[in-house]
Amino acid sequence: MMTSLLESIGYVGWVLHALIWLPILGVGLVLWGEEEVAKKVAFWWSMGVLVLSLGLWWAFDPTQGSMQMESSTPWIETWGVSYSLGIDGISLFMVLLTTLTSALAILGSFNYIKERQRAFYALMLLLQAGVVGVFVATDLMLFYVFFELTLVPMYFIVGIWGGERRIYAAIKFFLYTALGSLLMLVGILYMAFTANELLGFPTFAYADMLQVPLTGTEQLWLFTAFALAFSVKVPVFPLHTWLPDAHVEAPTPGSVVLAAVLLKMGTYGFLRFLLPLFPVAAQHTTVVYVMLVLAVIGIIYTAWVAAVQPDAKKLVAYTSVAHMGFVLLGIFALTVNGLQGGLIVMISHGISTGALFLLLGMLYERRHTRKIEDFGGIGRVAPLFATVFVLTALASIGLPGTSGFVGEFLALLGVFETHPTIAIIATLGVIFAAYYMLPMVQKIFFNALDKPENREMQDLSRREMVILAPLCALMIWIGWNPTPILERMEPSVRLVLERVQAAAPAGTLGSVLEPGSSVVIVPAPADLEASDDLDGGDRSTDDD
Amino acid sequence: MYASLAAVLFQVGEAASAGGQEAAESGAHFEPFLPGLIVLLPLLGFVLNGVLALRHATRSAEAVRAGGELDLDEGGRPLTHTLPSLIGPGVLLLAFVITSVNFARMLGAHLEEPVVVTYWTWMATGTFSVDAALQLDQLSMVMMMIVTGVGFLIHVFSVGYMKDDPGYPRYFAYLNLFIFFMLVLVMGASYPLMFVGWEGVGLCSYLLIGFWFSDREKSDAGKKAFIVNRIGDLGFLVAMFYLFTTFGTLDFVPIFAGAEEAFAYGGALVTTITLFFFLGAAGKSAQMPLYVWLPDAMAGPTPVSALIHAATMVTAGVYLVARSSVLFALAPVASATVAGVGVLTALFAATIALKQNDIKKVLAYSTVSQLGYMFVGVGVGAYSAGIFHLMTHAFFKALLFLGAGAVIHSMHVAYHSTHSHEDGQDMRNMGGLRKHMPITCATMWIATLAIAGIWPFAGFFSKDEIIWQTAAFGGAANAPYPALYTVFWLIALAAAMLTAFYMTRMMVMTFHGENRTGDQEEKALHEAPAVMWAPLAVLAVLAVVGGWVNVSEHLRDSILGLGPLTSGWLHEWLHPITEQAQLIQDLNLGVLAESAPIVGGGEVVWAVLSGAAAIAVVLVSFRYVGGQKIVPAAEDVEPIGFAKVLYNKWYVDELYDRIIVQPILALSRFCWNVIDVGIIDGIVNGVGFAARGVGFVVSMFQTGTLNTYAFILTVGVLIILGVSIF
Amino acid sequence: MITEALVLSAFLFVIGTLGVLVRRNAIIMFLCIELQLNAVNLSFVAFSRLHGMDGQIFVFFVMTVAAAEAAVGLAIIISIFRHYKTVDVGNFKLLRW
Repeated sequence: MMTSLLESIGYVGWVLHALIWLPILGVGLVLWGEEEVAKKVAFWWSMGVLVLSLGLWWAFDPTQGSMQMESSTPWIETWGVSYSLGIDGISLFMVLLTTLTSALAILGSFNYIKERQRAFYALMLLLQAGVVGVFVATDLMLFYVFFELTLVPMYFIVGIWGGERRIYAAIKFFLYTALGSLLMLVGILYMAFTANELLGFPTFAYADMLQVPLTGTEQLWLFTAFALAFSVKVPVFPLHTWLPDAHVEAPTPGSVVLAAVLLKMGTYGFLRFLLPLFPVAAQHTTVVYVMLVLAVIGIIYTAWVAAVQPDAKKLVAYTSVAHMGFVLLGIFALTVNGLQGGLIVMISHGISTGALFLLLGMLYERRHTRKIEDFGGIGRVAPLFATVFVLTALASIGLPGTSGFVGEFLALLGVFETHPTIAIIATLGVIFAAYYMLPMVQKIFFNALDKPENREMQDLSRREMVILAPLCALMIWIGWNPTPILERMEPSVRLVLERVQAAAPAGTLGSVLEPGSSVVIVPAPADLEASDDLDGGDRSTDDD
Repeated sequence: MYASLAAVLFQVGEAASAGGQEAAESGAHFEPFLPGLIVLLPLLGFVLNGVLALRHATRSAEAVRAGGELDLDEGGRPLTHTLPSLIGPGVLLLAFVITSVNFARMLGAHLEEPVVVTYWTWMATGTFSVDAALQLDQLSMVMMMIVTGVGFLIHVFSVGYMKDDPGYPRYFAYLNLFIFFMLVLVMGASYPLMFVGWEGVGLCSYLLIGFWFSDREKSDAGKKAFIVNRIGDLGFLVAMFYLFTTFGTLDFVPIFAGAEEAFAYGGALVTTITLFFFLGAAGKSAQMPLYVWLPDAMAGPTPVSALIHAATMVTAGVYLVARSSVLFALAPVASATVAGVGVLTALFAATIALKQNDIKKVLAYSTVSQLGYMFVGVGVGAYSAGIFHLMTHAFFKALLFLGAGAVIHSMHVAYHSTHSHEDGQDMRNMGGLRKHMPITCATMWIATLAIAGIWPFAGFFSKDEIIWQTAAFGGAANAPYPALYTVFWLIALAAAMLTAFYMTRMMVMTFHGENRTGDQEEKALHEAPAVMWAPLAVLAVLAVVGGWVNVSEHLRDSILGLGPLTSGWLHEWLHPITEQAQLIQDLNLGVLAESAPIVGGGEVVWAVLSGAAAIAVVLVSFRYVGGQKIVPAAEDVEPIGFAKVLYNKWYVDELYDRIIVQPILALSRFCWNVIDVGIIDGIVNGVGFAARGVGFVVSMFQTGTLNTYAFILTVGVLIILGVSIF
Repeated sequence: MITEALVLSAFLFVIGTLGVLVRRNAIIMFLCIELQLNAVNLSFVAFSRLHGMDGQIFVFFVMTVAAAEAAVGLAIIISIFRHYKTVDVGNFKLLRW
């Protein structure tokens, strides 16, 4: 029924455009309206977008692994830049996660944001548009534009509505991420020039880029450029130090969106671009080991660092790094289980860490402190609050029966298939997750209610319950029945892996690091002639 | 009331089953009866009690905000107490009835293959798939009977014990949730599903240990239990990963069917897998070196200690080994490790129990020790003996804990009446309670005799079988390390004597001699109400006859066998489960020994000897402890010498704190302060400062004076002109 | 003939440049800039005798720009004067960072 309804309104034809442009329209609406109604307009607008996006669940064809609902319009024709969108099993859930968390984050900021409301909600909607754009863009330049577009609203959200050290945090955030993405821009331009030369027409389209045969050396350089950009976003140890500062200083809704979707842009980039575009580099032994080891360090090291944080928000921020380590681990397992597990961790982390930041924000609204030691015994005055928090914390540390377990289990299983030792070390993260999370839960909600300020604390309000209920439901639902999600991802994940495996067999990969080597990746036999005259040299320079 | 309710649901269920709504794959002759409902009922109880608990908690939170405490009698008593009292034990009774129906059906059928009831696909990635499926076979049936049966009795006891607790509905919510996860653990048809239950019971244990969460120490104990358990869970996870890469599935049935083909006897892979599994089992079942959480877990309400930390959850490790019997049979080194760790734990915990004064601590170390015996049993390939001891232990240890609960309840009332702050759990403050609590005293004596291994109580048969099997295994034709097993056997015998001693000491200190509670307080001591002693009575009966269902052939032929009263039923019953492991063992080890090592003598001789020795120890220690002068806790002095070491539990907690906890904390601080803030952020900020510094120097040229700019401009133009001309 | 014109132009330009560099009064500096522009104009006119009319056309361009510049520049100077009651450029250092 749902499917036919969607068909009758031509849903697949316009939904992706709507998901990007409706929030931008909403920006105008919010700015145009009155200051007092800005939050309501923004919330209901984003709810509308959320409802609209839910149709994707039915409209999406779970049997197809390649891009769906594709559309393309030339944008800058002379350069071959196009406005082209599409969605597959990998981006589907990222889009849904974005629309969901954006709406909830806006609802969660009703009490938190008291100044310049119009500007704030306009920026939130702009951010949403940018993030959705990142996930559905199928043109590299368009992707880059959206990727950078998300920086601007986030910079202002942290810089204007943030805490005491907001300027430091905002600039750190901006510089860290901008530095990374500039390298990626160089990479994108290099690829576009190469494509232009080989295909004979200027293009930035993702599908065309897949056809560009690159030598192993080129792939490694490009991989490095792209990987740096995405690693900053993820963030991968040791590029993570912007995250705790940004999280701590950001207002609650900023933290929620940052944790729930902005970080995912990094790992999404790994899956969407690094693996399919540079398959030789992505399975190069050194590269894989470097990424896996960094992921494991991220998991264990940040768990330790998290455990000794006096600031609850900073603690959760560090746990984000640990969780994203699991995602990275799953991705570089290069197995179906690993990739699927990584994707589930991405979803699960978006839900549970988003919820944790919301909850901590609610605590902050009540007590105006984030120091763990300022609390104690809150469970007695706010039992509902404590219940939801404990559930969320448990989902975050991957207790079976919650979404966190499914993701971590599959990711670890996937890594174990290819790198058992690393998987065993990473499994230690399971212990350390309890080591950082439980003491915090205990110090905030358990122990004696010995501080008079805390006795006055109110339990969850109705609005807050409305925010948290869908997140809690999702944590448990995904924990017990992740199959509908997994089966929608599987074809796309397989497609990525097939591309990786179709590249040179693992045995010959050792040579690609040597200069001048001519390991060429040829995706289709038709391109064989084209690749004959490649020498891995400086093609990009004689192009202009 | 329960019975009529059960009857109604029973009929409804019967009708539903007859209607063919149950998605069951039919076994040979065994038709499962609503297995899903067994799991769902406790979950339903959790949801209902949870709603009541949240409602109650919200009201009491309002009272706290208003500056007071919620008076328990004010309004809401029907909702906060009556309803949970019905729901909590009620769902358990229903679950027990349904389990019994299944049990009866399985008894009637000759079930060779496990029956797997599949509900939905839990996870399916394309290369890995696991179903939400329940497995019904002889082993899970025994466990289900214990969990629902003993669980029900403990729920009933709790109605009395927790009567005046402000968290009453929350308590039942947790307890029901625990039963749900425990049932998932024993009924799950695959390792991942078992793991769900495995961690789920750990969660409930965490919540229930820290039930009185306002107390710092109690919530610390809960946290410790959870974290130590997670160390074990690491082993479980890794073992699953190995199994998956070997078999491509994690369902029980295909793994055990293919195990003999996939693994060589004693191979490295199967040894690794089983050792990792044992790490998990050691964490959950409190074996060395991960036993430290269990004594601390006594911070929870006493019925919780009985249910979770004695009868059910802590035996999950034994269940895991028995369930994976095929794998362990293929790994002699791992099995020897299991037995070795088990026997060492049995002895070690028994020594600590000798000097404890807290009644629950004695029982806790006793539990650790008895769990050690179970591991010895499953470690020497006597899987049914391990499960047998698990079962009898569930009866008598639950009885002991509940009895202790009744005593503590009475002591608390006594001290409460005079507003005294003495420790109501310290045995030095008890004594002479026999007069005030005759039923509790009698039933606890039965349990004590059972655990001490005195004929014909349940513990005699189960412990004796384990000890004998250790000797027999070591004397097998191709036994891997015969001398080692002889040592195990001797230690197990010695630990059994210690058990008899410390249990008698506990009973004497609690129930006999002069009362040391205080003159005023003694008047308030009283027997437990019927709702509390009734479960004790039921368990006391089971503690006597529970051992009669599995008497080995030799003993049955002798006078110890009680003639027609006893049988070797359990062994036969579990035969389809243990058969494969038994065959592997027979093939590789040959015939087990018929006589004990070194000195010789058959099973009956040693059973008589050890039984007689246990009686002697009980009698001697009764006189010895009874003759000692015991003073109340407040007047007592610190023990000295070796007794002090035992009193302080060999300082293991302190040792762990020094070598593990503190170093990790220090390392964590180092990572944060030095690496993260110092080095990484130092570099980042350093780059920032460098950029600023360069900017500052360069900005010197910008004086802001127009003439300077003009001058520099002119000079620049002149230089460019000069360069371009010359 | 052309040499003399160019020498005069050079003199005027140097005077203008030195004026801009050493004087502090904004009006004077402004006039000196005008002097520089006119020195250039003179060169243009002089060269146009050799290279055709292009130079003279450029002079018109320069005069137009100079007029526009005078309008904007004087307006700025007046507003500065209104604010600070002085047009001595040594008194304000607004052109930093």
